Amino acid sequence: MAPVHPSNSRPDPAELLQWLPRLRRYARALRRNREDADDLVQDTLERAWSRAGLWQGVSDMRTWLFSIMHNLHVDALRRGRLDTVDLDDSTPEIPVAAVQGDRLAVRDLDGALQAMPVEQREVLLLVALEGMAYAEVAQTLDIPIGTVMSRLSRGRERLRGLMDGEAGRPRNMKVMGGLNT
Amino acid sequence: MTENDLHAYADGQLDPGRRAEAEAWLAEHPEDAERVAAWQRFSQQLNDRFDPVLREPAPLHLLAAARGRPPVRPQVSWRLAASFAGATLLAGALGGVIGYQAHGNAPVVVAAQPPSFAQRAMVAHAVYAPDQRRAVEVDAEHEEQLVRWLSKRLGSPLRVPQLQPLGYALEGGRLLPGNQGPVAQFMYRDGAGGRLTLYVSNEAPGKAVTVFPASAPFDPAFRFAQEGGVNSFYWVDGAWGYAISAGVDRAELARVSTEVYRQLTSP
Repeated sequence: MAPVHPSNSRPDPAELLQWLPRLRRYARALRRNREDADDLVQDTLERAWSRAGLWQGVSDMRTWLFSIMHNLHVDALRRGRLDTVDLDDSTPEIPVAAVQGDRLAVRDLDGALQAMPVEQREVLLLVALEGMAYAEVAQTLDIPIGTVMSRLSRGRERLRGLMDGEAGRPRNMKVMGGLNT
Repeated sequence: MTENDLHAYADGQLDPGRRAEAEAWLAEHPEDAERVAAWQRFSQQLNDRFDPVLREPAPLHLLAAARGRPPVRPQVSWRLAASFAGATLLAGALGGVIGYQAHGNAPVVVAAQPPSFAQRAMVAHAVYAPDQRRAVEVDAEHEEQLVRWLSKRLGSPLRVPQLQPLGYALEGGRLLPGNQGPVAQFMYRDGAGGRLTLYVSNEAPGKAVTVFPASAPFDPAFRFAQEGGVNSFYWVDGAWGYAISAGVDRAELARVSTEVYRQLTSP
């Protein structure tokens, strides 16, 4: 029989506030545009509160929150609402951090990220940016760990092709052996 | 060394007992070493690129959402103002006043354009409340100096309401330009990091402001104004104008406003 969580203890808002900066960072890398990213964060927080009764049973808050964000993002993509990113002049862009003092490198990175399939981008960001263990990524995205590894591998090779290729042009990908999905 | 081992090595997730093995492998396989180095470079670039987001002050509507407050979607004007701290944009966008009926001594519902001091109060809140590092000029540790300084600049003795029992600790305050001279802003912080500001102006309000007494002649007419994620209660008492602004809901703000009013008017 599943354990019943006492519902009388009120969830602690500090729990979510603590993860807010990291949720925003991940969302920004996923969606690039500040408004869209913060919308995703807000949806995530609201969803988390609407399920506040479950918090006590959540063993890993970060994994839980990021999986909510993942589901909302994928749903939005499926509905086709984010297919066109409308960037007008009034849209504040991500502050450009100097990456090796080279603006082009930033553009390449942005372009390369956007050019990746969302499945690979998510795995790469959770590992490289969020610093999650592979098992946590598997739990967050609800996929087997083998799939995490194959997506990570393919995502990185693709990124290498995009970033290291001449002028950021993709070059022919090496066929990876022995990796599925 | 499998492909997976190489990734685990690059991400620092390889079993510590196998690290030496991986390093020996990479020393003999320069192509793999080059790939691993590239992967690590991408990770570093991703962090360089997106870590600044961690240090951005979170918009009020997200702080409210994290605290489980009712959803308030920001208007476009609000977003731009928040993003650029563009005070004038927000001032121009300040719109209607929403009537509010409190329990007990019912503040009067007034539909009017907020007076200029209330508009400035909301702008000041929007500009300084999200500021993580320099939200105040003088912090609460020097409360006495803060009060003395602001009282001197405003030319009248000021009192700082103590809101600790309501869950708001004084963080400090700052001097701001009003319509003609200096005004004061006191900043409070709740346990979850949400900020509340009390804006105090003693410039005689313009004719547009009329105080409508509620039940008794001396009751203040609290009025409510809202823009994006900022809610504000304001009232006028003679030459003094007060505004309390925060990203919290109306009921909570009414609770605080009532207490502030009580403290300011108690002998």
